[in-house]
Amino acid sequence: MRRTTSRILRGIALVSTLALGVTACGGSDDDSDTKAVSAADIKAALNKGGSITVWAWEPTLKTVAADFQKKYPKVKVNLVSERSGDKHYTALSNAISAGKGVPDVAQVEYFALGQYSLTKGLTDLAPYGADKLASKYTAGPWNAVSDGDKVYGLPMDSGPMALFYNKKVFDKYKIAVPTTWDEYLDAARKLHKADPKVYIANDAGDAGFTTSMLWQAGSRPYKVEGTKVGINFDDAGAKKFETVWQKLIDEKLLAPINGWTDDWYKGLGDGSIATLASGAWMPANFETGVPGAKGQWRAAALPAWTKGDKASAENGGSSLTVPALAKNKELAYAFTEYANSGAGVATRVSEGAFPATKAELEAPAFQSKKFDYFDGQEANKIFAESAANVASDWSYLPFQQYANSIFNDTVGKAYVSSTTLADGLKAWQDASVKYGEEQGFTIEK
Amino acid sequence: MSTSVAAPPTKSASPLRTPRKKHNPGKPKRSLLLTGLMALMVLYTVAPLIWLVINSTKTQAGLGASNGLWFAHDFALWDNIRTTFTYHDGIFVRWLLNTLLYVVLGAGGATLLAVLGGYALAKFDFPGKRGIFAVVIGAVAVPGTALAVPTFLMFSKMGLTDTPWAVIIPSLVSPFGLYLMWVFAAEAIPTELLEAARMDGANEVRTFFQVALPLLAPGIVTVLLFTTVATWNNYFLPLIMLKDPDWYPLTLGLSAWNSQAETIGGDVIFNLVITGSLITIIPLIAAFLFLQKYWQSGLAAGSVKE
Repeated sequence: MRRTTSRILRGIALVSTLALGVTACGGSDDDSDTKAVSAADIKAALNKGGSITVWAWEPTLKTVAADFQKKYPKVKVNLVSERSGDKHYTALSNAISAGKGVPDVAQVEYFALGQYSLTKGLTDLAPYGADKLASKYTAGPWNAVSDGDKVYGLPMDSGPMALFYNKKVFDKYKIAVPTTWDEYLDAARKLHKADPKVYIANDAGDAGFTTSMLWQAGSRPYKVEGTKVGINFDDAGAKKFETVWQKLIDEKLLAPINGWTDDWYKGLGDGSIATLASGAWMPANFETGVPGAKGQWRAAALPAWTKGDKASAENGGSSLTVPALAKNKELAYAFTEYANSGAGVATRVSEGAFPATKAELEAPAFQSKKFDYFDGQEANKIFAESAANVASDWSYLPFQQYANSIFNDTVGKAYVSSTTLADGLKAWQDASVKYGEEQGFTIEK
Repeated sequence: MSTSVAAPPTKSASPLRTPRKKHNPGKPKRSLLLTGLMALMVLYTVAPLIWLVINSTKTQAGLGASNGLWFAHDFALWDNIRTTFTYHDGIFVRWLLNTLLYVVLGAGGATLLAVLGGYALAKFDFPGKRGIFAVVIGAVAVPGTALAVPTFLMFSKMGLTDTPWAVIIPSLVSPFGLYLMWVFAAEAIPTELLEAARMDGANEVRTFFQVALPLLAPGIVTVLLFTTVATWNNYFLPLIMLKDPDWYPLTLGLSAWNSQAETIGGDVIFNLVITGSLITIIPLIAAFLFLQKYWQSGLAAGSVKE
């Protein structure tokens, strides 16, 4: 979910964040929503009917919303899509700070959840019965949506990482698919030497990717306990990542292309970008974005930091949440539950979404699904195994959205100047600490 | 037949040149440098258009696999146009109609207000005129983008966000249009003419409609053209005001389609974005070509006085 952030939008996001901060200070009625809502209450609300507004860009929700309305004919689901990422969060923050036009259900990516939950922007769904759903989900996504006994959303999808590689390119130069990051570095050198137009990967500095890599390497830079926050990139895991990635940067083995751009899709299609370490949701984007390279790509396990280590990480993924200012919370929860835990999951998986629920991940039909795009490979086996190997103790900052927005001004410099990755991460840390303190967080160094 | 017509110029070359010399006492020779610069400028402005036309003939696969400045193997223009209009239940048509609505009400309203205001400021004396002048000049200097967020908060308090009014009402205010009409009205309407009309017993409303308005026509077309372009291309205001895609103008809609490529599981439709962009600029080009006639003759008419 990266994009080149427009500075103006960033400015607005900042203004909105500040406004959210103010709301947080002013909001004293913390316990207004803690009384349990029984299943009977929700059922009664469904029978009574009404309408809910859902802000979500996840494409599979269209079918889910239609099915939901068929099942509960008195409920009208007004699905508002067409907008994602920064623009979505700007609109959501603006609506919350204005106190008007807040949706009943909002899609929020895992990395951005803290920002809304900590400022009391979201309803705690535990009293609605969400706390009983924990065992249904894999550890990574559940850890992302829950905080102690509070549940701020239901996981919609997950992004256990895998290495996607262009088999045609690897076969052409007779290079083995790397299983460790050291082998990856070797492969990068061989590929680029064999054809200077070919790069092992594109990377022009991507906050989401970097945090995922740190996650896999065992680094835990962020420690969050309420408003007490620790930020520290100086650990062994971060060192592992810095060492390998610094070499890739120094030896100019990475294509200087931002992800999610037309250049990127072109590079994935013409073989000049040979691998992509990304979330398990990637096949859907391959299919529509790079139709020309069908049959050339395959999935493999994410390279390990030490041979045989199976640790994986999440990249991307999002939840459905119920904002605190939602008007029809019972119906909103009912829809969220239906889409992300109930019958909606099967529908969404059949349309190409990657689930966060254990039952779907372990289902034989899911695991043995043959991907036409990957020339019949049963790629879900690799993804499901990755999901099972995600360490669950990762946390993002309560202001990760802001931190990500300054990534390119700090760490990003390592890609374009003589600044090292280590210095870049230190600068990112300092800037994040400064911002956190300004926002009233207690920063532990 | 045509040869006999084509032949004379060589003979009459010298008599033709003499009057021209009268007009241009300077160098009669063309400047090579200026011609070169002009050619570069033409290339610079036309190249993106050519790119747009060429690339709207490609499929998503073709876009990735071919050179940007030449055609791909597949010619998919008609297919692209059809898909653009039918994709997501034909939401593109809805966006097109929305844009038209914003232009008719927003740009039309802005022009009307600018004409009324400009005329009043140019032809009537009242206390505080200098203050208004300062405010209008100041307002011309403030970019609309800077006002968007305060406007959003204000509209949000009034409960108007996420409705078409949130786009139309701010579009009604065009300080530049007002200033242009003001200057134009001051020049184009002789005060004596208004006095004559008053002497003949016409009231102010009738004087405005029957005497002033026809004289203002070229100015009105100019302002209309400016406000139409501004409203048609407006992106930032609707971006923060609107959430519901059903009320998007084309600019926002195309950007939303473009950002599908940045979304997990999103449908990547660069081919439709490009074709949609081409379709989007056609009405604007048509409006320009159509109104330019009035605009040009109008400006000339305003500048010549007998």
